[in-house]
Amino acid sequence: MTARLVAAALALAAAAAHAQDNAVARSLAATCAACHGTDGRSVTTEVVPLAGLPKEHIVAQMKAFRDGTRPATVMQQLAKGYTDAQIEQLADYFAGRPR
Amino acid sequence: MRRREFLKLAGAATLAGCATRGSAAKARVVVIGAGFGGATAAKYVALWDPGIEVTVVERGTEFISCPISNLVLGGNRTMQDITRGYDGLRKHGVQLVSADALAVDSAKRSVTLADGRTLAYDRLVLSPGIDFLYGDIAGYQGAEPRVLHAWKAGPQTVELRRQLEALPDGGVYVLAVPVAPYRCPPGPYERACQVANYFKRAKPRCKVLVLDANPDVTSKGPLFKRAWQELYPGIIEYHPNAKVVAVDAATMSVRTDFDTVKGDVLNVVPPHRAGDIALRAGVITTSNRWCDVDWRTMESKAVKGIHVLGDATLSAGGMPKSGHMANAHGKVCAAALVELLNGREPNPNPVMTNTCYSFVSDREVIHVASVHQYDATQASIVPVKGAGGVSAARSELEGAYAWSWARNIWADMLA
Repeated sequence: MTARLVAAALALAAAAAHAQDNAVARSLAATCAACHGTDGRSVTTEVVPLAGLPKEHIVAQMKAFRDGTRPATVMQQLAKGYTDAQIEQLADYFAGRPR
Repeated sequence: MRRREFLKLAGAATLAGCATRGSAAKARVVVIGAGFGGATAAKYVALWDPGIEVTVVERGTEFISCPISNLVLGGNRTMQDITRGYDGLRKHGVQLVSADALAVDSAKRSVTLADGRTLAYDRLVLSPGIDFLYGDIAGYQGAEPRVLHAWKAGPQTVELRRQLEALPDGGVYVLAVPVAPYRCPPGPYERACQVANYFKRAKPRCKVLVLDANPDVTSKGPLFKRAWQELYPGIIEYHPNAKVVAVDAATMSVRTDFDTVKGDVLNVVPPHRAGDIALRAGVITTSNRWCDVDWRTMESKAVKGIHVLGDATLSAGGMPKSGHMANAHGKVCAAALVELLNGREPNPNPVMTNTCYSFVSDREVIHVASVHQYDATQASIVPVKGAGGVSAARSELEGAYAWSWARNIWADMLA
């Protein structure tokens, strides 16, 4: 009985931690939305819509902006503001968004 | 974050009983002001937790954007281009109340509207924009509408454009810039470009005279100066350290500490402070002008349960008073409200970005960008060193991005 309660409590704690991770990822992704559209769905054709892009692709592009291998007007400056872990999180979030 | 800190952060909500709200009572968020900060906060709370009741109080019936409004003055965009409706917010379940908010009772947690109605809240979001310190410029009161600021997009934008159109060739347009901090640091210099762009096209003997209270161009200086020199030679005349202290509509002149200058169109932007409702709510903390906030939640440092966004805030280091920044404030606030009202810990490390585009002609644009991360040791949000920056040079490519930015950020806050 006690073991079951402990397991239930652990599951709850894990769910809460996951919810919070997701909230953090969602907020990180929201920093892109002013230019790329809410949840990465752009209303214009000038910028890349991020919703539904593969996670690895977003991570690779952000790193290419950061190290200068992909030239840009502003993204090379913005990409330098995020940590590797933050790039992983926001990329993961966009990958899971419907297009 | 340690539990005690979290409890302190969440304290006000717990007292109001929101942290343990049952299924019956919905938590209520009231937002005053549906600009870049308030509309964004309202939409994102509704998006991230449909269980929270969101009410927005806004005196205007439509949103008119300050960013891009300089292009209306230059004749390169119309008022219609920069106007958006509020129906999109309604589609997210946000209730809109078309009214002026008169007073806030932070003890009773209620807002009184001009028509006498009251709205109860668990958390209040103030995104009041700015109001002007007219008293800082002698003669300003009574000089309107001959002397305009057009520093809030709307009727004054239309009227200033009309004045520019009525100006005969050879006339002088005077633009007075207040001491920083003010709304939209690059805004005055973009405006000089837009008016000069119009003059060059329509009446090439006209002049733009910029009287800047600051010691130099406060944003993107080299890029603006290069544009002035290369695109508008002989049209724009720039005077630093020229603080306008008085205006006289009868003689159509402005006075600085050193000189009296005559003009045919006088566009004088007075210094400003947080909008009136911030003053009445008691959230102004600094220099009788700005509202200091906890950057993790945007909660006022003066009054618990009230969150302040946008130009009204006491800007953190390296943070401009911009629409993009207010949009970022709105999202950090929305995320914190959702966590607090559900009895959870708000994200202790919020991130914000800013990109300000300026049109130096009808097509060519320059930008300044930054990324801001929360720093617990400084208890503030600070620009990431090595990130951000300005354009290498003005370009039409950035012109396309700038107009795309406008349409996406308007949709991000309103659609």
